[in-house]
Amino acid sequence: MQGPDIQLFVTCLVDTMAPEVGRASVNALEATGRTVGFPEGQSCCGQPAFNVGLWDMAREMAAHTLDVLDGTEGPIVVPSGSCAEMLIHHYPALFAETDRKEQASRVSERTVELTRYLTSQPEAPAASCDGCEVAYHYSCHGLRGLGLAETADQLLEGVDRVELEGDTECCGFGGLFSVEMPSVSTAIMDDKLDKVETSGATMLVGSDVSCLMHMEGGLRRRGSDIEVKHIAELLEPGDA
Amino acid sequence: MPEPVTFLGRATALVGTHEASAIEMGARTLLKKRDRAAAEFPVMEEMRDRARAIRLHALSNLDRLLGHFADRAEEAGVNVHFAADAEEASATVARILEETGSRLVVKSKSMVSEEIELNEHLEASEIEVVETDLGEFIVQLAGDTPSHIIAPVLHMMRQDVGRLFEEKLGVAYTEDPTELNQIAREHLREKFLQADAGISGVNIAVAETGSVILVTNEGNGRLTTTAPRVHIALMGMERIVSRWEDAAVVLEVLARSATGQRLSVYTNVVTGPRREGEPDGPEQVHVVVIDNGRSEVLAGGTAEILACIRCGACLNACPVFRSVGGHAYGTVYSGPVGSVVTPGLHGMEPWWELPYASTLCGACEEVCPVRIQIPSMLLQLRAQAAEGGRLPGWLEKGMSRYTQTAVSPKKWARAKRWASLLSAPISSKGWIRHLPGPGRGWTDSRDLPRPAKESFTDWWRSNRGS
Ligand code: SF4
Repeated sequence: MQGPDIQLFVTCLVDTMAPEVGRASVNALEATGRTVGFPEGQSCCGQPAFNVGLWDMAREMAAHTLDVLDGTEGPIVVPSGSCAEMLIHHYPALFAETDRKEQASRVSERTVELTRYLTSQPEAPAASCDGCEVAYHYSCHGLRGLGLAETADQLLEGVDRVELEGDTECCGFGGLFSVEMPSVSTAIMDDKLDKVETSGATMLVGSDVSCLMHMEGGLRRRGSDIEVKHIAELLEPGDA
Repeated sequence: MPEPVTFLGRATALVGTHEASAIEMGARTLLKKRDRAAAEFPVMEEMRDRARAIRLHALSNLDRLLGHFADRAEEAGVNVHFAADAEEASATVARILEETGSRLVVKSKSMVSEEIELNEHLEASEIEVVETDLGEFIVQLAGDTPSHIIAPVLHMMRQDVGRLFEEKLGVAYTEDPTELNQIAREHLREKFLQADAGISGVNIAVAETGSVILVTNEGNGRLTTTAPRVHIALMGMERIVSRWEDAAVVLEVLARSATGQRLSVYTNVVTGPRREGEPDGPEQVHVVVIDNGRSEVLAGGTAEILACIRCGACLNACPVFRSVGGHAYGTVYSGPVGSVVTPGLHGMEPWWELPYASTLCGACEEVCPVRIQIPSMLLQLRAQAAEGGRLPGWLEKGMSRYTQTAVSPKKWARAKRWASLLSAPISSKGWIRHLPGPGRGWTDSRDLPRPAKESFTDWWRSNRGS
């Protein structure tokens, strides 16, 4: 029996906090005419441990993830620039001097962030959102780590966009930084949210659930009614 | 015992202050100028590559280049001194001043002099030191410390400076930058005329001719190095390039990255003391080459940070720096570069926290004229800090438990169910407003969505699983 064309690595945050983004990703991927698989046993890529310097723990989670993914075939699609970057860039570095070296580079080579995968397909789905004014936030790791900017722009071609000042600047999330240094994280976020609010947007869109959760949490605390969505959620057929 | 004041403590106190808004405004202005200058220079990206290659080459040939530099400089009549640490460097300067009978010293901007705390050292020996860079002059007058590596008073608005001058110099209040500059100049003119010695930093030393280059925008550097009898130049031992061609490339990217200028207003080259027949210049020139931890950095994993040309662009680009300013870092070198360089020069204790003062957004690396891979070095330093057991217990224990959960699909599934159940009583309409313990760090300023009742994995199993 032939397996699915694409493997979805959904990320721990989507799995636990934003399953709707996972479902939307499946729909968007299927809209390209491919079949999607979800390798069993996946959890966290290890990025939180990696970023705070606990590299042995990061390696443990990464090794688990490698085992889950390496037995499968086809592109591994990740609906997060930051986790995709972890698999693509940091796995090979973490395992450079270990016997998982080959495995890490195999998985790294197969991994691709969602918007990049979609825009590389002849039948890329288009985003739609009736009556929305969309501000788009380019998350740092996707933007500077993977060079993602045009991919989202391309998917959002059919959507009304407003200009967001500083849309390539960090939102202040920074993973555990948001909890370890809350005052600074919040100061950066406040600057960002001020700009989102003055942009006239009715919806803030991005491609990383982590940054979006931080900004949405901040907007809610402010009492703002600006909606926050992952780009995959705008790609659903029929805007369901 | 009170908790030691940490980056976080200082930063938290600074958030939202007048000082922080001055920093935010000033840093953004500098960054905009940098971006414009980079965009207008068609070969900026190539120049950055070349500058990087030049600086890395210098670092891997440092001993040879320094030897070469010292030989050439001595041929030109310069006294070259090597100082292993801050104390030796300050002592060397003090000795030169004593031997030359110098009582009054004018100083142009030098970060390395701040690093070795030269002023404190000299003032103890009753030598009067006058800062002549406008920013440093203001810092000295206010009894403050610099808040930015190239713009020491970025944290002050001109109104603040006006009030300071009114109070300390007894002049009428003004907030006009030209007038403020004029007041400082008049005050400093006398000092220049009377000074016995001038102390400067070094932006670039050129090995092939034994010259040192100083760039400034105020001309005080030129006066400092020419008016007094004695000129002492302090340089970090990494601040060297092989040839003039190399120096030219570094100058091209330095001015553009620092202030958005094509070239700084004054580029001052010193090759030895006054020669026969020359109308001005000092009788003696001393160059003090300072190690102070650099050899150790060079031998370690963050050696590349020594390629830094101190343009300050990474500070301006850093969202953390822009929110709190240089004072939050508690040390001379602030911002992204400081967070790498400080633990390197002065040890992980107590500086291990600085590498955590970053969201790892990568904006620093994006603007760095020598493309220093700052985020990856911050990560490396974090790994060192964590290995040394310095992380707070909740974080390390929590992460350990999280890891054990994540690598076991059974535990992972159970944890998700528990998270959803346990969050039910503390959430309303799907959102949590207050978390206990370290979680408060999040919920003090942000709502947190409640973990999903049905995880993606569960959904997949029920709808797509075979
Ligand atoms: S690290 Fe790079 S950007 Fe930062 S001050 Fe040094 S040269 Fe400039």
